[in-house]
Amino acid sequence: MMGIIVGALSGIIASMGLGGGFVLLIWLTLFQDVPQRTAQGINLLFFLPIALISIILHSRAKLIDKRLVMSLIPGGIIGAVLGTIGSQALGNELLRKLYAVFLLAFGLRELFRKAPSKKTNTDTKNPRSQ
Amino acid sequence: MIYLKRFFEGVLCGLLNGFFGSGGGVAAVPILEHELRKSSAEIPPEELTRRAHANSVAVIFALSLTAAAAYFFSGSIDFSAAWRYIPAGAAGALAGSLFLRKIRAAWLQKLFGALICAAAVRTMLT
Repeated sequence: MMGIIVGALSGIIASMGLGGGFVLLIWLTLFQDVPQRTAQGINLLFFLPIALISIILHSRAKLIDKRLVMSLIPGGIIGAVLGTIGSQALGNELLRKLYAVFLLAFGLRELFRKAPSKKTNTDTKNPRSQ
Repeated sequence: MIYLKRFFEGVLCGLLNGFFGSGGGVAAVPILEHELRKSSAEIPPEELTRRAHANSVAVIFALSLTAAAAYFFSGSIDFSAAWRYIPAGAAGALAGSLFLRKIRAAWLQKLFGALICAAAVRTMLT
């Protein structure tokens, strides 16, 4: 039951662009005692179908810049492989602590960053701007 | 030259995603905001953030796919565990995209940040 809630919450947060992956990973490692690397693998898998849905929706809304996305992917693939190898070189405990540091940095940034504010917009044709 | 820069930007995102199994978006969103701002100057800030997030999902999808394959080959993939969360996650993602405004309320961001910090501290201490 809790799993459904966590899953749904992760999906919602991920679709809002806030970083839903953290929710599932924290749940798995802190509350389900899953080893760090296994949890990371689960999180990666979890993201795929959800990302696919989001991409389809975003594509329909014409938000995707294909050339830009494609220009980042080759380096990304190399980085992903290197990162995976790197994570395997560390033990689960060290990886877990490092991840906690990463989480703390991210959490602090979210806490203290100015959220985008709705500015008054003179574009009267766009209903979303009012 | 621009493709070299994009290449390394991609590497950064991929490294995070491969190393931590998450967090590629943390690098991808600011990078994409920067690149989108350069390519067309007239996008309002909210729209820029929205596009950056949308494009980051596309980039991170490819990177996560790669990382998942790499994790699979190193024996760290648990399909059945992942599958437990996916249906609810998909429903949540659909609901989030269709029914919630994309604009983050400031309090939601701060609440999220606070919870993440709490979880980080708890992880450090246990």
